[in-house]
Amino acid sequence: MALTPKEAPTLPKTPTGIEGFDQITFGGLPKGRPTLVCGGAGCGKTLFGMEFLVRGATQFGEPGVCVSFEETADDLAKNVASLGFDLKRLQRAKKLVIDHVYVDKSEIAETGEYDLEGLFIRLGGAIDSVKAKRVLLDTPEALFAGLSNEGILRSEMRRLFGWLKEKGVSAVITGERGEGTLTRYGLEEYVSDCVILLDHRVRNDAVTRRLRVLKYRGSTHGTNEYPFLIDQKGISVLPITSVGLTHPAPQVRVSSGIPQLDAMMGGEGYYRGSSILVTGTAGSGKSSLGAHFVDAACRRGERAIFFAFEESPNQILRNMRSIGIDLGKWVRKGLLHVEAVRPSAFGMEMHLVRMHAMLHEHEPDVVVMDPISGLIPSGSAFDVLSLVLRIVDFIKARGATGFFTALMAQDDVHATGLSISSLVDTWLMVRNVEANGERNRLLYLLKSRGMAHSNQIREFLITDRGVKLQDVYLGPGGVLAGSARVAREAEERREELIRRRDERKRELVLRASLASVEAKLAALEAERNSYKSELQTFVNEEGARRKAMASDREELQVSRGMRVNGPVKDRA
Amino acid sequence: MRKSAKSNAAVKPAKAPHYDLRLYVAGQTPRSLQALSNLKRICEEHLAGQYRIEIIDLVKKPQLAAGDQILAIPTLVRTIPKPARKIIGDLSNVERVLVGLDLRPSE
Repeated sequence: MALTPKEAPTLPKTPTGIEGFDQITFGGLPKGRPTLVCGGAGCGKTLFGMEFLVRGATQFGEPGVCVSFEETADDLAKNVASLGFDLKRLQRAKKLVIDHVYVDKSEIAETGEYDLEGLFIRLGGAIDSVKAKRVLLDTPEALFAGLSNEGILRSEMRRLFGWLKEKGVSAVITGERGEGTLTRYGLEEYVSDCVILLDHRVRNDAVTRRLRVLKYRGSTHGTNEYPFLIDQKGISVLPITSVGLTHPAPQVRVSSGIPQLDAMMGGEGYYRGSSILVTGTAGSGKSSLGAHFVDAACRRGERAIFFAFEESPNQILRNMRSIGIDLGKWVRKGLLHVEAVRPSAFGMEMHLVRMHAMLHEHEPDVVVMDPISGLIPSGSAFDVLSLVLRIVDFIKARGATGFFTALMAQDDVHATGLSISSLVDTWLMVRNVEANGERNRLLYLLKSRGMAHSNQIREFLITDRGVKLQDVYLGPGGVLAGSARVAREAEERREELIRRRDERKRELVLRASLASVEAKLAALEAERNSYKSELQTFVNEEGARRKAMASDREELQVSRGMRVNGPVKDRA
Repeated sequence: MRKSAKSNAAVKPAKAPHYDLRLYVAGQTPRSLQALSNLKRICEEHLAGQYRIEIIDLVKKPQLAAGDQILAIPTLVRTIPKPARKIIGDLSNVERVLVGLDLRPSE
């Protein structure tokens, strides 16, 4: 009955306790089997092995044995003391045995057949004396350098690794990198379960350390090169925190600290947990946007870290105070931590680890990095990009909002040296415009994923009450800002006044005309009435006269006897 | 002529240098026995009366391996005269043994 891949047992693992390492190996080193750790001189292999033993003894209840072929027990204790490992104390507590095996070719004459049983006896005795579960052999290559019978050595090597497996100890074997081979004497032949490669090179005047799991039989493992560093707590390996893009997408919005900017983003501000990038030339005011955001966050009682790569904390506090943002009070309340670091002080990995450590310790809701382009001198643009990627990842995974500023050449809207603009959710750009003998600033909201946002350009003013955004004017020459805008506003007001005045005038004229016509109308009306009444009078009088005349005639005729009751006689 | 204090402990008092030899073995293996017999023969032939052999069996006393930095078995350690010399192998190559013990100049 064949085992399906799911049923096939995976080899059990033993945790090393080394920061990040157990993560990338999904559990640690193969339990009960040997692991080869190789690399050039000074790459940290001895330290790796020692940390494996020390943490085994102090954290996992597994005592250990170190067989050191190159350093004395005292030297070893001194070397790791700076990492906080107290070897002498562990030895006294019977948690650790350190045996220095000294092989000096000049002191040994080989006179026939032999085997390395002495080594086995010493190692066996040491393991049994503390019931060790972990062993470090650093480095058996010294045997090859000290003894000349390769045939014997090879067969004893094979016997040793079989013997270690039988003893059931998890062993770390160190080996120095050969020319074109993993180790000088081919130790990889015997140690085939797990091979770790450590690398360290100097780049841009800073030491860069990388770790790679070259081989891990029976286990999945991260196959990338992981940067690591050695500091006062030992080795820290930095895995990318999320293999897939599985960040949660929060729906909550937070204010940017500038009401007009919030208005450009649908009235609400940035998405919590998103990443915001502000680019612009030197002195364009990018940091002030970061300061506003931090101020707004602290006002809400949230915590923030401000990583500054170009200015000291005091400088930043002073500069922001001069524009009306008091960050000092948040620092005093413990909500804001300003961490200023000279970029050239450390290599990329060290920066990363320090930032990781601070994020762990301070647990901020807002993280500002100002400016990320400041890191470029200590690494190539690619290094900085990968550093920022990791930080963005880490910040997002914690649900915090990241705010980054970057120096960018003018007009560099599309081509960015860092190409980070495609990785962030919101991209703001501050641009200087020169016209009429002065420079003004404009703010562009180039993108903001997941929200309706204004595509309008705003004038960006830095006042002593903070940043204010102003609508711009569109003049015949393009966007107007600064004094040109002020002039334009004044001109428009004047035009308005003139127009009003003209209207007023016209109105008056019309009214006057109307009035005069109405007056005429009234006069005519009066004339009409008078003629009418005159006519009426005339008609009346005429009527009366005719009547009177008729009655007079009648009377006359009556009086002349021409008429009474007879016919009127003719006089003739 | 003053007699040296060592003469009382030695097999035979002599004015010649004295050799203190320690042979480390791990159990009674054929190779260990071979080494011992080779050693005895060489000592009788070249160091008659001037040597002392101590046999240390690491299987019985494993803690003694660290002191003389014993890796290989068998190992012969010449503790006296100083400086200490270490010779590993079954001692079958007599020339090498003699060179190693400073009884013959090396080529």
